[in-house]
Amino acid sequence: MGSTAPAEVERPSTDVRPDLPWLTIVWNDPVNLMSYVTYVFQAVFGYPREKAEKLMMDVHHKGRAVVASGAREEMERDVQILHSYGLWATVQRDS
Amino acid sequence: MRAFMRAGAGPMSTGFKSSGKGVSVKLDAGEVSLLVSLVSQVLDLVEPGATGDDPLERALGIGSPEAPSDPVLARLFPAAYADDDKAAGEFRRYTEATLRDGKRADATTLLETVEPGKVQLTAEQALAWLRAINDVRLALGIRLEVTEEVHEEIAGMSEDDPRYPAFVTYDWLTYLQDTLVRALW
Repeated sequence: MGSTAPAEVERPSTDVRPDLPWLTIVWNDPVNLMSYVTYVFQAVFGYPREKAEKLMMDVHHKGRAVVASGAREEMERDVQILHSYGLWATVQRDS
Repeated sequence: MRAFMRAGAGPMSTGFKSSGKGVSVKLDAGEVSLLVSLVSQVLDLVEPGATGDDPLERALGIGSPEAPSDPVLARLFPAAYADDDKAAGEFRRYTEATLRDGKRADATTLLETVEPGKVQLTAEQALAWLRAINDVRLALGIRLEVTEEVHEEIAGMSEDDPRYPAFVTYDWLTYLQDTLVRALW
């Protein structure tokens, strides 16, 4: 007997949370030098200077910038290193 | 945060220069004295603070989840989660001791290598100086409540203003740190 029902669409269970990465955020503050923040982004993340400078300018003008994303443990490690350089950094879930 | 009061502003050193694989700087006795005083104060400030009551935890370097009430310490040991106090507390408990040890090591490296005349630093020592000077600027900056317009504020300040020496010190450290970054770049 042939089925006249349409093929079932597989819907994801509403219990499953999307696997969003975690983020490392750096916040602006009045003390940290622009040259220093750029240098730290290069030294800590290995970013080329232009990218490091762009991220620094985002921090400066927008008040904050996402500087990395990935697993929570990686972001916590990043924040620890950034804190050792005196930057103000936090971990948050992507949204 | 106390600032070293010196009478009159002497000639500033020319700052850091790239030198071989490291950097070098020439400092006069007054500048050395100032750096020693400031970095020593930060070292005292980041002495091991309150830790958990459990002796085993203390021995393992696990500390309190509480953020410091001192605004300078709160800035030197900021919260790692802006929107989750529990996560921030856990992070602090397990990592603050390591962060503190690192800051003490950086300050100690500077204090052990600074001297009047020409100082030659390895790349590693230069990074320690960079972080140590930044810690001093953070501490001083918080105490002085500096804004991003601090340079203009100093320009408009009278030399008789009791805050003047501290602000000039902050300005000098900013210059010094900037030359160090450029020497490392």
